[in-house]
Amino acid sequence: MSYAMWILLTASLVGLSCGIVGALLILRRMAMMADAISHSVLLGIVVAYLITRELSGIHMLIGAVIAGLLTAVLVQWFHSRGVQKDASIGVVFTTMFAIGVVLIATKVGNAHLDTKHALMGEITFIPWEKVQVPWLGEIPQATLTLSAVLLLVVFIILIFYKEWKITSFDPALAASLGIPVVLMHYIFMSMVSLTTVAAFDAVGAIMVVAMLITPAASAYLWTDRLSIMMMLSALFGVVSAIMGYYIAVWLDTSISGSMAFATGLVFLLSFLFSPKHGLASRLHYRSAAADS
Amino acid sequence: MLSYLSPNTQWVLLSTLILGIAAGMIGCLAYWKRQSLMSDALSHAALPGVVIAFALTGVKSLPVLVLGAAISSLLGALLIQGIRSSSRIKEDTAMGIILSVFFGFGIMMLTIVSRSAGGSQSGLDGFIFGQAASMVRQDVYTMLIMAALVILVVFAGFKEWKLFLFDPDFAKGMGLSGKWMNSLYLSVLVLVIVIGIQAVGVILMAALLIIPSVSARYWSSSFRSMVICSGVFGGAAGMTGSLLSSIGNGWPTGPFVVLASSAIFLVSLIFGAEKGLLVQALQLRRQKKRHHSNSWQHKTVHVKEAE
Repeated sequence: MSYAMWILLTASLVGLSCGIVGALLILRRMAMMADAISHSVLLGIVVAYLITRELSGIHMLIGAVIAGLLTAVLVQWFHSRGVQKDASIGVVFTTMFAIGVVLIATKVGNAHLDTKHALMGEITFIPWEKVQVPWLGEIPQATLTLSAVLLLVVFIILIFYKEWKITSFDPALAASLGIPVVLMHYIFMSMVSLTTVAAFDAVGAIMVVAMLITPAASAYLWTDRLSIMMMLSALFGVVSAIMGYYIAVWLDTSISGSMAFATGLVFLLSFLFSPKHGLASRLHYRSAAADS
Repeated sequence: MLSYLSPNTQWVLLSTLILGIAAGMIGCLAYWKRQSLMSDALSHAALPGVVIAFALTGVKSLPVLVLGAAISSLLGALLIQGIRSSSRIKEDTAMGIILSVFFGFGIMMLTIVSRSAGGSQSGLDGFIFGQAASMVRQDVYTMLIMAALVILVVFAGFKEWKLFLFDPDFAKGMGLSGKWMNSLYLSVLVLVIVIGIQAVGVILMAALLIIPSVSARYWSSSFRSMVICSGVFGGAAGMTGSLLSSIGNGWPTGPFVVLASSAIFLVSLIFGAEKGLLVQALQLRRQKKRHHSNSWQHKTVHVKEAE
């Protein structure tokens, strides 16, 4: 496959996995928690690198999941001790992110880890680092990781689909039915961390937030069904990823920045023109109601 | 120790000190308005404004960049408000959207602008993680004046702020316009964010608003003492952070400022006089002891009666 195709494929995989996880994320009102986790996985990655001196695959994933879970646990703990939720999220992730950045800026700055990479990712380098996979031939490392994470996420969501639905829409009912709500919460946090870190190499810490939240929010404006919302959100993710790539090529600018911008465009269109919850249809109904 | 530093560094320290004080105080307002993360969204949203202001004027003068930042973060605030009120999307999702999309757009513009600025590098990268050392005297003056203005606004209307935060209905009854206070609050919040972005950077500026105010909670029982404590913590964190980052060549200021304030937070969490971990553990132990001795007395009384 050509260079551009690999980039498009990787970006689409980011869009797919972030879109699917994102749908659950915004229904669970945890958008800002995703922001927090996407920042604090940086610390996990840096520490994993310091320990193993390797920037690949499984170490990074483990480091990131630990960092993500640590964030979730700490936020919960501060909150239970009387700090407002918002503020405890703010304290935890900024601190962890700052430690990560300081470690990069002072100690490991020689590696291909640098602060810019952490923020924006380096999707243009992805096609260069290939690994040999049986049957499939040479595949870029990041693409392989992303596919594995995507499969895992889809698998976990599908086998517990009903449980995810109930815990997301009505946690009290879920608890009374005997579904382990707290366990599901932490599983979900691990899924978010996994997705984040897999996408990290491609789009960086902050753009992951765009990919997680914005396509899902756009999908939320089009439908009331969870299954359709997930599919739409994944579709929007892929569309924004591809659109972002071409905008970036056209303007010769940062690919991940353009992808985040493209998710914004998709959201803007949904916000204005969605048939059910869009601004245009609301205004239309309002004027229709005023006429009658 | 300060006399060993170059005059420019001394000025920079002074400016991060007063910036920290202002941010700490405004952070308390944001905390009680339950909008700690709003400051995070608004500071990320400032990035495109900075870059576009630079691209339009071609000079890196702080007042111009601050103006650009202020416009784009206010626009972000309005959009968050608009999305929340005219669709079914919740506030935190709206904040996430604005934060990431504005930041992405900012990075896009930044890449374009620094490419066209050529080898000289506009130094705009410093706005992401902050580069206090890059401030010139002019920038320091701008920052000092604006931060002083913010502090003045908080102190001058202290009673009004308290009413506005804790009893908005009563405030309305007193003839205090909620709308007006809200706009004033948003203006000082944006002002303190935008003056801080050169020193602390857009990504971590929010930490300077959030962490000192949360730390101050562990030392104060009233709003007044919380605001003062938070100001002191913020100032200390700002100064220590920029001092630490000046040790290394090209070290970003923002993360060090955050680490300094996190250290203060950790100390407050453990030793804080109000709800600190240590105090609570001691209280728990004392209560347990009292309970034990009480129940022991009861038992002996019972035994005696039985005899």
